[in-house]
Amino acid sequence: MTRTVTLRDIANARAGDKGNRLNIALVCRDPSHFAIVAAQVTEARVAEIFASREPSRVVRYALPRLAAFNFVLDDVLEGGVNASLGLDGHGKSLSFLLLDLPIQLEADEPRPTHGSQHQTA
Amino acid sequence: MAGTVFIGGGAGFAGDRTDAAGPVVDALAACDGPRFLMFETLAERTLALAQLERRRDPARGYNPALERFIAPILARCLAANIRIVGNFGAANPQAAARRIAAVARQLGLRPPRIAYIEGDDLSGLLTPAELAARETGGNLLAGTPDIIAANLYLGAEPIVQALDQGADIVVTGRVADSALALAPLMHVFGWHAGDRDRLAAGTLCGHLLECGAQITGGYFADPGRKDVPDIANVGYPIAEIDADGTIVIGKPAGTGGRVDRQTVVEQILYEIHDPAAYLAPDVVLDLTEVTVAEIGQDRVRVAGARGKPAPETLKATVCVDGGVLGEAEISYAGANAAARARLAADIVLERMRRRAPDLAIRVDAIGAISILGTSGTVPDTSASDSRDIRLRFAAQSAVPGAVDDLLDEVEALYCAGPAGGAGVRRHTMPRLASASCLIERRFARPRVVMLGDGA
Repeated sequence: MTRTVTLRDIANARAGDKGNRLNIALVCRDPSHFAIVAAQVTEARVAEIFASREPSRVVRYALPRLAAFNFVLDDVLEGGVNASLGLDGHGKSLSFLLLDLPIQLEADEPRPTHGSQHQTA
Repeated sequence: MAGTVFIGGGAGFAGDRTDAAGPVVDALAACDGPRFLMFETLAERTLALAQLERRRDPARGYNPALERFIAPILARCLAANIRIVGNFGAANPQAAARRIAAVARQLGLRPPRIAYIEGDDLSGLLTPAELAARETGGNLLAGTPDIIAANLYLGAEPIVQALDQGADIVVTGRVADSALALAPLMHVFGWHAGDRDRLAAGTLCGHLLECGAQITGGYFADPGRKDVPDIANVGYPIAEIDADGTIVIGKPAGTGGRVDRQTVVEQILYEIHDPAAYLAPDVVLDLTEVTVAEIGQDRVRVAGARGKPAPETLKATVCVDGGVLGEAEISYAGANAAARARLAADIVLERMRRRAPDLAIRVDAIGAISILGTSGTVPDTSASDSRDIRLRFAAQSAVPGAVDDLLDEVEALYCAGPAGGAGVRRHTMPRLASASCLIERRFARPRVVMLGDGA
């Protein structure tokens, strides 16, 4: 038995930029979710989320001691803050795009802090 | 041997709150030990803008908010021996130092000892072609005739020297943000270049403080999931550092915000790439063994930073003229707003294909899709049932006339576009483009000057 939540139910994210490169820090709100996030929030899935921005490279760094991950996406900021014509040249709003990702939790997993349950499978 | 050092974060960017440092200074004044207040106010482009300001007026070119940052806290800092380290010197640290001295006079304070650091400016040392040969991650500088600003990221050493010489206030231009905290720790604890893990801890401390409230509940709140108490009055951070490099992050009593594992870890990884190799001028910081522990209300201990040998080259940011950016907006509201907005976009793009076929134009439909769209296409509003859309057009060019043509076309929608177009706003602004270069250390020639000693 699993149930589906969104990543936002169990993790926090913060985006930052350097040039045309975006990083998104992903922090498990409850460190016990680290393994679940490690298994499900893969480089491939993150690349898929940002496919419309055509990342040339997506790298995930795991930080088990912090129950956190750092995602680095290259060439996704339309040239970066000094070149982009978009409203968010820094890409700072993109952390919440990552947090939309659906996550499967075991049904007997502790309920996420403040989390809302979307459906039961 | 010194016990605990206290460093407050007074500002995290050029436009930060100028009343934020007050509660930090009050809290520092009550601490027992060496105390410092750090101001980080220099983003990549800020320095190029300051350089342009200095070209217009040689007495300016420092952070325009300098006086508003300094005046409210200068008397209390001098009275309590809280020493100030800030990169608000921007393109003109000497002028900033003189301005601070003038503020002290106006306030009737004792003359502070003010040191300023020069030597980050590469203009005159390297030609545009030599900079272009050192560009990394792009080729913006190839063939560029005119450099607006080229500045090295200096390390902590010149700031340490200034503190060793007794400066109450140290004004820098471009230095690594983290050096603003690392330097006071090297000064007090006597850490030297071989103490890599200590230098790494000091660099981490600076990284944690350099964005001000971003570690105390700022840039964190997501109502219902991540609530932050009294966020309107968020307190800025104070770090307590021991000689072994252990850091405790807290904030002034009576302020809003929160300091816990979640706020601290988000900031640890802010703008980090490889967590095993965060490059700074003095050390390469390895975050992979860092641990975070909540040790009390709004108190978090951070330990375990590891250091690797400093990089052989120094980073420099080089800014060049990026032409003109123009933006124009118009609103459509009520029934069928999305379709009318789309028609307006089609009209402008069709006419611009004739007037300036090479101009790249971005269109956003604010209220339907404005962040997730793609440059050069009309935003797909077909799925939107928004009854309130603000259409935004943007273009950038070295040829200002083409950008003006776009803004004219948007304005002309008033009479010749779809029904109900309203509220046109248009503006242009000069744009700066920036590149990163890796520069040999021999070009770093930092100078420490004490104001009043012939300056």
